[in-house]
Amino acid sequence: MNTYYNPEDLAKFGTMGEEAPQLWENFMQYYGSVFAEGALTAREKSLIALAVAHAVQCPYCIDSYTNDCLSKGVDEEQMTEAVHVAAAIRGGATLVHGVQMKNIVKKLEL
Amino acid sequence: MDAREEFKKLVQIPEFEDSVKEKELLMTDKMSVLQINVGRLCNLACKHCHMEAGPNRTEVMGEDVLKDCLKLYQQWGFDTIDITGGAPEMNPHFRWFVEEAVKVCSKVMVRSNLTVMLEDGYEDLPEFYAANKVTVICSLPHYKARNSNKQRGEGTFEKSIQVLKKLNELGYGQDPELTLNMVFNPGGAFFPPEQAAMEKEYKEHLGSEYGIVFNNLFTITNNPIGRFGNFLARTGNMEGYLTKLYDAFNPGAVAGMMCRSQLSVGWDGQVYDCDFNQAVDMPAEGGAKIEDLVKRPYEKRKICFDKHCYACTAGQGSSCGGSTA
Repeated sequence: MNTYYNPEDLAKFGTMGEEAPQLWENFMQYYGSVFAEGALTAREKSLIALAVAHAVQCPYCIDSYTNDCLSKGVDEEQMTEAVHVAAAIRGGATLVHGVQMKNIVKKLEL
Repeated sequence: MDAREEFKKLVQIPEFEDSVKEKELLMTDKMSVLQINVGRLCNLACKHCHMEAGPNRTEVMGEDVLKDCLKLYQQWGFDTIDITGGAPEMNPHFRWFVEEAVKVCSKVMVRSNLTVMLEDGYEDLPEFYAANKVTVICSLPHYKARNSNKQRGEGTFEKSIQVLKKLNELGYGQDPELTLNMVFNPGGAFFPPEQAAMEKEYKEHLGSEYGIVFNNLFTITNNPIGRFGNFLARTGNMEGYLTKLYDAFNPGAVAGMMCRSQLSVGWDGQVYDCDFNQAVDMPAEGGAKIEDLVKRPYEKRKICFDKHCYACTAGQGSSCGGSTA
Protein backbone atom coordinates (compact mmCIF):
# COMPACT_ATOMS: atom_id res chain seq x y z
CA MET A 1 0.00 0.00 0.00
CA ASN A 2 1.31 3.43 -0.86
CA THR A 3 1.64 5.86 1.98
CA TYR A 4 2.83 9.44 2.14
CA TYR A 5 5.46 8.41 4.68
CA ASN A 6 7.96 5.72 3.69
CA PRO A 7 10.88 4.72 6.00
CA GLU A 8 13.19 4.31 2.97
CA ASP A 9 12.68 7.98 2.14
CA LEU A 10 14.73 9.02 5.17
CA ALA A 11 17.89 7.86 3.36
CA LYS A 12 16.91 10.08 0.41
CA PHE A 13 17.05 13.26 2.51
CA GLY A 14 20.20 14.30 0.62
CA THR A 15 18.30 14.49 -2.67
CA MET A 16 16.90 17.79 -1.42
CA GLY A 17 20.25 19.27 -2.44
CA GLU A 18 19.96 18.20 -6.07
CA GLU A 19 18.31 21.36 -7.36
CA ALA A 20 19.75 23.70 -4.76
CA PRO A 21 23.25 22.51 -3.83
CA GLN A 22 24.35 25.78 -2.21
CA LEU A 23 21.26 26.02 -0.03
CA TRP A 24 21.68 22.38 0.95
CA GLU A 25 25.32 22.87 1.80
CA ASN A 26 24.50 25.93 3.90
CA PHE A 27 21.77 24.03 5.68
CA MET A 28 23.96 21.00 6.40
CA GLN A 29 26.79 23.16 7.68
CA TYR A 30 24.36 24.94 9.99
CA TYR A 31 22.75 21.65 11.03
CA GLY A 32 26.14 20.16 11.89
CA SER A 33 27.12 23.19 13.96
CA VAL A 34 23.81 23.20 15.81
CA PHE A 35 24.24 19.61 16.97
CA ALA A 36 27.93 19.84 17.91
CA GLU A 37 28.96 19.93 21.58
CA GLY A 38 28.57 23.48 22.86
CA ALA A 39 27.07 25.10 25.94
CA LEU A 40 24.68 22.14 25.68
CA THR A 41 26.03 18.62 25.25
CA ALA A 42 25.35 16.72 22.02
CA ARG A 43 23.22 14.41 24.12
CA GLU A 44 21.07 17.23 25.54
CA LYS A 45 20.60 18.53 22.01
CA SER A 46 19.55 15.10 20.81
CA LEU A 47 16.88 14.93 23.53
CA ILE A 48 15.61 18.40 22.61
CA ALA A 49 15.48 17.28 18.96
CA LEU A 50 13.49 14.22 19.97
CA ALA A 51 10.96 16.36 21.84
CA VAL A 52 10.66 18.81 18.94
CA ALA A 53 10.30 15.90 16.49
CA HIS A 54 7.23 14.83 18.44
CA ALA A 55 5.87 18.35 18.62
CA VAL A 56 6.16 18.75 14.84
CA GLN A 57 5.11 15.10 14.44
CA CYS A 58 7.80 14.20 11.92
CA PRO A 59 8.17 10.39 11.73
CA TYR A 60 11.58 10.68 10.04
CA CYS A 61 12.91 12.86 12.85
CA ILE A 62 11.38 10.60 15.51
CA ASP A 63 13.16 7.60 13.93
CA SER A 64 16.47 9.48 13.63
CA TYR A 65 16.51 10.98 17.08
CA THR A 66 15.26 7.89 18.90
CA ASN A 67 18.25 6.08 17.37
CA ASP A 68 20.55 8.99 18.12
CA CYS A 69 19.37 9.27 21.74
CA LEU A 70 19.85 5.52 22.31
CA SER A 71 23.37 5.73 20.90
CA LYS A 72 24.12 8.60 23.24
CA GLY A 73 23.10 6.54 26.26
CA VAL A 74 19.66 8.08 26.78
CA ASP A 75 17.21 5.48 28.07
CA GLU A 76 13.51 5.01 27.40
CA GLU A 77 12.51 6.63 30.69
CA GLN A 78 14.37 9.82 29.80
CA MET A 79 13.03 9.84 26.24
CA THR A 80 9.47 9.36 27.51
CA GLU A 81 9.90 12.38 29.81
CA ALA A 82 11.14 14.43 26.85
CA VAL A 83 8.04 13.47 24.84
CA HIS A 84 5.90 14.54 27.81
CA VAL A 85 7.64 17.91 27.75
CA ALA A 86 6.60 18.26 24.09
CA ALA A 87 3.07 17.14 24.98
CA ALA A 88 2.85 19.58 27.89
CA ILE A 89 3.96 22.49 25.72
CA ARG A 90 1.56 21.55 22.95
CA GLY A 91 -1.26 21.07 25.47
CA GLY A 92 -0.36 24.28 27.28
CA ALA A 93 -0.22 26.17 23.99
CA THR A 94 -3.73 24.94 23.13
CA LEU A 95 -5.07 25.91 26.52
CA VAL A 96 -3.43 29.32 26.66
CA HIS A 97 -5.08 30.16 23.34
CA GLY A 98 -8.33 29.62 25.23
CA VAL A 99 -7.68 33.06 26.71
CA GLN A 100 -8.26 34.50 23.23
CA MET A 101 -11.52 32.60 23.07
CA LYS A 102 -12.50 34.02 26.46
CA ASN A 103 -11.52 37.55 25.41
CA ILE A 104 -13.76 37.32 22.35
CA VAL A 105 -16.60 35.84 24.36
CA LYS A 106 -16.30 38.71 26.86
CA LYS A 107 -16.36 41.24 24.06
CA LEU A 108 -19.38 39.76 22.31
CA GLU A 109 -21.63 38.51 25.08
CA LEU A 110 -24.11 40.72 26.83
CA MET B 1 20.86 -19.12 13.94
CA ASP B 2 24.20 -19.35 12.14
CA ALA B 3 25.49 -15.77 12.18
CA ARG B 4 27.98 -16.33 9.37
CA GLU B 5 25.23 -17.71 7.12
CA GLU B 6 23.16 -14.61 7.90
CA PHE B 7 26.13 -12.38 6.94
CA LYS B 8 26.41 -14.11 3.56
CA LYS B 9 22.86 -13.04 2.73
CA LEU B 10 23.80 -9.39 3.24
CA VAL B 11 25.57 -9.06 -0.11
CA GLN B 12 25.32 -5.26 -0.11
CA ILE B 13 27.70 -5.12 2.87
CA PRO B 14 31.30 -5.61 1.64
CA GLU B 15 33.56 -8.22 3.19
CA PHE B 16 35.46 -6.68 6.11
CA GLU B 17 38.88 -7.26 4.55
CA ASP B 18 37.83 -5.33 1.43
CA SER B 19 37.08 -2.27 3.57
CA VAL B 20 40.61 -2.19 5.01
CA LYS B 21 42.91 -0.34 2.65
CA GLU B 22 46.15 -0.83 4.62
CA LYS B 23 46.55 -4.55 4.10
CA GLU B 24 49.34 -4.91 6.67
CA LEU B 25 46.70 -4.21 9.33
CA LEU B 26 45.10 -7.53 8.45
CA MET B 27 48.06 -9.21 10.17
CA THR B 28 48.73 -9.53 13.88
CA ASP B 29 51.30 -7.31 15.59
CA LYS B 30 53.19 -7.90 18.84
CA MET B 31 51.19 -10.14 21.20
CA SER B 32 49.98 -8.42 24.36
CA VAL B 33 46.87 -10.16 25.73
CA LEU B 34 46.38 -13.87 26.22
CA GLN B 35 42.62 -14.16 26.63
CA ILE B 36 41.49 -17.46 28.03
CA ASN B 37 37.85 -18.48 27.86
CA VAL B 38 37.77 -21.09 30.62
CA GLY B 39 34.27 -22.30 29.84
CA ARG B 40 30.73 -21.49 28.88
CA LEU B 41 29.17 -22.47 32.18
CA CYS B 42 27.55 -19.46 33.89
CA ASN B 43 25.04 -18.81 36.65
CA LEU B 44 23.32 -16.25 34.37
CA ALA B 45 22.00 -16.37 30.80
CA CYS B 46 22.24 -12.73 29.65
CA LYS B 47 20.29 -11.68 26.58
CA HIS B 48 23.30 -10.12 24.87
CA CYS B 49 25.85 -12.89 25.61
CA HIS B 50 27.80 -13.66 22.42
CA MET B 51 28.97 -16.94 23.98
CA GLU B 52 25.42 -18.03 24.79
CA ALA B 53 26.75 -19.01 28.20
CA GLY B 54 24.40 -20.32 30.86
CA PRO B 55 23.77 -22.80 33.69
CA ASN B 56 23.24 -25.71 31.28
CA ARG B 57 26.48 -25.37 29.34
CA THR B 58 28.99 -28.14 29.94
CA GLU B 59 32.09 -26.86 28.08
CA VAL B 60 34.76 -26.27 30.73
CA MET B 61 38.52 -25.89 30.21
CA GLY B 62 40.64 -28.69 31.67
CA GLU B 63 43.85 -28.46 33.69
CA ASP B 64 46.11 -29.51 30.79
CA VAL B 65 44.92 -26.67 28.58
CA LEU B 66 45.34 -24.20 31.45
CA LYS B 67 48.92 -25.41 31.98
CA ASP B 68 49.62 -24.88 28.27
CA CYS B 69 48.21 -21.35 28.57
CA LEU B 70 50.77 -20.58 31.29
CA LYS B 71 53.57 -21.99 29.14
CA LEU B 72 52.52 -20.04 26.06
CA TYR B 73 52.16 -16.83 28.08
CA GLN B 74 55.82 -17.05 29.08
CA GLN B 75 57.07 -18.13 25.64
CA TRP B 76 55.34 -15.56 23.44
CA GLY B 77 55.96 -12.38 25.45
CA PHE B 78 52.40 -11.45 26.36
CA ASP B 79 51.94 -8.87 29.14
CA THR B 80 48.34 -9.58 30.21
CA ILE B 81 46.26 -12.63 31.08
CA ASP B 82 42.57 -11.98 30.56
CA ILE B 83 40.33 -14.72 32.01
CA THR B 84 36.78 -14.86 30.74
CA GLY B 85 33.86 -17.24 30.29
CA GLY B 86 30.92 -17.95 31.03
CA ALA B 87 31.41 -17.19 34.66
CA PRO B 88 35.13 -18.04 34.83
CA GLU B 89 34.88 -18.60 38.57
CA MET B 90 32.79 -21.73 37.92
CA ASN B 91 35.70 -23.57 36.31
CA PRO B 92 36.86 -26.10 38.96
CA HIS B 93 40.53 -25.19 38.36
CA PHE B 94 39.91 -21.45 38.53
CA ARG B 95 41.55 -20.60 41.85
CA TRP B 96 44.59 -22.76 41.16
CA PHE B 97 44.98 -21.15 37.76
CA VAL B 98 44.73 -17.58 39.10
CA GLU B 99 47.35 -18.33 41.75
CA GLU B 100 49.68 -19.74 39.11
CA ALA B 101 48.97 -16.89 36.68
CA VAL B 102 49.84 -14.13 39.15
CA LYS B 103 53.24 -15.77 39.71
CA VAL B 104 54.21 -15.18 36.08
CA CYS B 105 52.08 -12.19 35.07
CA SER B 106 51.70 -8.81 36.77
CA LYS B 107 48.43 -8.05 34.99
CA VAL B 108 45.89 -10.79 35.52
CA MET B 109 42.30 -9.77 34.90
CA VAL B 110 39.06 -11.66 35.42
CA ARG B 111 35.80 -10.80 33.69
CA SER B 112 33.16 -11.39 36.33
CA ASN B 113 29.40 -11.06 36.32
CA LEU B 114 29.63 -10.21 40.06
CA THR B 115 26.47 -12.11 41.02
CA VAL B 116 28.36 -15.43 41.06
CA MET B 117 30.15 -14.15 44.17
CA LEU B 118 26.91 -14.53 46.13
CA GLU B 119 26.45 -18.19 45.18
CA ASP B 120 27.30 -21.00 47.61
CA GLY B 121 31.01 -21.74 47.62
CA TYR B 122 31.96 -18.51 45.89
CA GLU B 123 31.30 -15.95 48.66
CA ASP B 124 34.98 -15.58 49.54
CA LEU B 125 36.03 -14.70 45.99
CA PRO B 126 36.30 -10.95 46.65
CA GLU B 127 38.93 -11.66 49.33
CA PHE B 128 40.62 -14.14 46.99
CA TYR B 129 40.77 -11.52 44.23
CA ALA B 130 42.14 -8.87 46.58
CA ALA B 131 44.80 -11.24 48.00
CA ASN B 132 46.01 -12.01 44.47
CA LYS B 133 45.67 -8.38 43.28
CA VAL B 134 43.55 -9.51 40.36
CA THR B 135 42.01 -6.79 38.19
CA VAL B 136 38.25 -7.30 38.25
CA ILE B 137 36.34 -6.34 35.11
CA CYS B 138 32.68 -6.56 35.87
CA SER B 139 29.74 -6.45 33.58
CA LEU B 140 27.13 -3.92 34.66
CA PRO B 141 25.01 -3.04 31.61
CA HIS B 142 23.55 0.09 33.20
CA TYR B 143 23.58 2.14 36.39
CA LYS B 144 19.78 1.93 36.59
CA ALA B 145 18.32 -1.29 37.98
CA ARG B 146 15.56 -1.51 35.39
CA ASN B 147 17.85 -1.21 32.37
CA SER B 148 20.43 -3.59 33.80
CA ASN B 149 17.93 -6.25 34.84
CA LYS B 150 16.32 -6.19 31.39
CA GLN B 151 19.57 -7.62 29.96
CA ARG B 152 20.78 -9.87 32.74
CA GLY B 153 17.63 -10.98 34.55
CA GLU B 154 15.50 -9.73 37.43
CA GLY B 155 17.41 -9.01 40.65
CA THR B 156 20.89 -9.19 39.11
CA PHE B 157 21.48 -5.45 39.49
CA GLU B 158 20.74 -5.51 43.20
CA LYS B 159 23.07 -8.50 43.67
CA SER B 160 25.78 -6.76 41.66
CA ILE B 161 25.53 -3.66 43.86
CA GLN B 162 25.90 -5.86 46.96
CA VAL B 163 29.12 -7.40 45.57
CA LEU B 164 30.47 -4.06 44.35
CA LYS B 165 30.10 -2.68 47.88
CA LYS B 166 32.07 -5.62 49.21
CA LEU B 167 34.81 -5.12 46.61
CA ASN B 168 34.99 -1.43 47.57
CA GLU B 169 35.29 -2.34 51.25
CA LEU B 170 38.32 -4.46 50.35
CA GLY B 171 39.91 -1.49 48.58
CA TYR B 172 38.87 -2.17 44.99
CA GLY B 173 38.48 1.04 43.01
CA GLN B 174 40.59 2.96 45.56
CA ASP B 175 43.81 1.04 46.25
CA PRO B 176 46.09 1.52 43.20
CA GLU B 177 46.84 -2.22 43.25
CA LEU B 178 43.17 -3.24 43.21
CA THR B 179 41.63 -2.16 39.92
CA LEU B 180 37.90 -2.41 39.39
CA ASN B 181 36.66 -1.72 35.87
CA MET B 182 33.13 -1.92 34.54
CA VAL B 183 31.69 -2.84 31.19
CA PHE B 184 28.70 -1.12 29.63
CA ASN B 185 27.02 -2.51 26.58
CA PRO B 186 23.94 -1.10 24.88
CA GLY B 187 20.57 -2.64 25.65
CA GLY B 188 19.71 -3.24 22.01
CA ALA B 189 20.52 -2.71 18.34
CA PHE B 190 22.26 0.63 18.72
CA PHE B 191 25.73 1.96 19.49
CA PRO B 192 27.20 2.66 22.90
CA PRO B 193 27.56 6.30 23.93
CA GLU B 194 30.90 8.08 24.11
CA GLN B 195 32.96 6.22 26.71
CA ALA B 196 34.25 9.14 28.79
CA ALA B 197 30.77 10.72 29.03
CA MET B 198 29.18 7.44 30.10
CA GLU B 199 31.91 6.78 32.65
CA LYS B 200 31.22 10.17 34.23
CA GLU B 201 27.51 9.36 34.37
CA TYR B 202 28.11 5.91 35.90
CA LYS B 203 30.41 7.40 38.52
CA GLU B 204 27.91 10.11 39.43
CA HIS B 205 24.96 7.74 39.75
CA LEU B 206 26.67 4.76 41.39
CA GLY B 207 28.54 7.13 43.70
CA SER B 208 25.60 9.25 44.84
CA GLU B 209 23.02 6.44 44.99
CA TYR B 210 25.09 3.54 46.34
CA GLY B 211 28.45 5.00 47.42
CA ILE B 212 30.25 2.83 44.85
CA VAL B 213 33.61 3.78 43.32
CA PHE B 214 35.45 2.17 40.42
CA ASN B 215 38.32 2.93 38.06
CA ASN B 216 37.27 2.85 34.42
CA LEU B 217 34.20 2.15 32.36
CA PHE B 218 34.57 0.32 29.06
CA THR B 219 31.77 0.81 26.54
CA ILE B 220 31.49 -2.17 24.21
CA THR B 221 29.53 -2.41 20.96
CA ASN B 222 27.22 -5.42 20.85
CA ASN B 223 28.52 -7.95 18.35
CA PRO B 224 25.83 -9.34 15.98
CA ILE B 225 26.45 -12.96 16.97
CA GLY B 226 25.39 -15.37 19.74
CA ARG B 227 22.24 -14.47 21.68
CA PHE B 228 22.39 -10.88 20.51
CA GLY B 229 22.64 -12.12 16.90
CA ASN B 230 19.63 -14.38 17.50
CA PHE B 231 17.71 -11.36 18.77
CA LEU B 232 18.65 -9.38 15.64
CA ALA B 233 17.58 -12.21 13.32
CA ARG B 234 14.35 -12.89 15.23
CA THR B 235 13.27 -9.24 15.25
CA GLY B 236 14.26 -8.40 11.67
CA ASN B 237 17.06 -6.12 12.87
CA MET B 238 20.09 -7.97 11.45
CA GLU B 239 20.29 -6.10 8.16
CA GLY B 240 19.66 -2.70 9.78
CA TYR B 241 22.24 -3.29 12.52
CA LEU B 242 24.94 -4.59 10.14
CA THR B 243 24.28 -1.64 7.84
CA LYS B 244 24.67 0.74 10.78
CA LEU B 245 27.97 -0.90 11.73
CA TYR B 246 29.23 -0.74 8.15
CA ASP B 247 28.12 2.87 7.64
CA ALA B 248 30.01 3.83 10.82
CA PHE B 249 33.19 2.01 9.71
CA ASN B 250 36.14 4.03 11.00
CA PRO B 251 39.39 3.16 9.16
CA GLY B 252 41.27 4.76 12.06
CA ALA B 253 39.97 2.05 14.40
CA VAL B 254 41.52 -0.86 12.48
CA ALA B 255 45.07 -0.52 13.82
CA GLY B 256 43.78 -0.76 17.40
CA MET B 257 41.56 -3.82 16.91
CA MET B 258 42.17 -6.24 19.78
CA CYS B 259 42.70 -9.20 17.43
CA ARG B 260 45.96 -7.60 16.29
CA SER B 261 47.60 -8.02 19.67
CA GLN B 262 45.89 -10.95 21.32
CA LEU B 263 45.32 -14.66 21.20
CA SER B 264 42.06 -16.14 22.43
CA VAL B 265 42.01 -19.70 23.77
CA GLY B 266 38.83 -21.76 23.82
CA TRP B 267 37.82 -24.26 26.51
CA ASP B 268 39.12 -27.21 24.42
CA GLY B 269 42.47 -25.56 23.59
CA GLN B 270 41.46 -24.35 20.13
CA VAL B 271 42.93 -20.91 19.47
CA TYR B 272 41.22 -17.92 17.87
CA ASP B 273 41.96 -14.29 17.05
CA CYS B 274 39.32 -13.10 19.53
CA ASP B 275 36.43 -14.22 21.70
CA PHE B 276 33.90 -13.23 19.01
CA ASN B 277 35.60 -15.47 16.45
CA GLN B 278 35.49 -18.16 19.09
CA ALA B 279 31.73 -17.70 19.39
CA VAL B 280 31.24 -18.13 15.62
CA ASP B 281 33.65 -21.07 15.51
CA MET B 282 36.23 -19.37 13.30
CA PRO B 283 39.66 -20.59 14.54
CA ALA B 284 42.86 -18.65 13.99
CA GLU B 285 44.76 -19.26 10.76
CA GLY B 286 46.20 -22.76 10.64
CA GLY B 287 43.59 -24.17 13.03
CA ALA B 288 46.20 -25.03 15.66
CA LYS B 289 45.48 -25.94 19.27
CA ILE B 290 47.42 -24.46 22.16
CA GLU B 291 49.25 -27.76 22.71
CA ASP B 292 50.76 -27.26 19.22
CA LEU B 293 51.59 -23.59 19.74
CA VAL B 294 53.64 -24.16 22.90
CA LYS B 295 56.15 -25.96 20.69
CA ARG B 296 56.60 -22.97 18.35
CA PRO B 297 57.85 -19.38 18.61
CA TYR B 298 55.37 -16.59 17.89
CA GLU B 299 54.95 -15.70 14.24
CA LYS B 300 52.71 -12.97 12.88
CA ARG B 301 49.56 -14.48 11.44
CA LYS B 302 46.85 -13.38 9.07
CA ILE B 303 43.75 -12.54 11.12
CA CYS B 304 40.45 -14.23 10.23
CA PHE B 305 37.62 -11.76 9.63
CA ASP B 306 33.93 -11.79 8.82
CA LYS B 307 31.25 -9.11 8.79
CA HIS B 308 30.81 -9.16 12.59
CA CYS B 309 34.25 -7.49 12.72
CA TYR B 310 32.56 -4.21 11.72
CA ALA B 311 31.38 -4.07 15.36
CA CYS B 312 34.98 -3.43 16.45
CA THR B 313 35.57 -0.61 13.95
CA ALA B 314 32.31 1.33 14.17
CA GLY B 315 32.65 4.93 15.35
CA GLN B 316 34.85 5.12 18.42
CA GLY B 317 35.94 1.46 17.91
CA SER B 318 35.28 -1.34 20.36
CA SER B 319 37.21 -4.08 22.11
CA CYS B 320 37.14 -6.05 25.36
CA GLY B 321 38.99 -3.03 26.76
CA GLY B 322 36.40 -0.52 25.55
CA SER B 323 36.71 2.06 22.80
CA THR B 324 39.87 2.02 20.67
CA ALA B 325 39.79 5.07 18.41
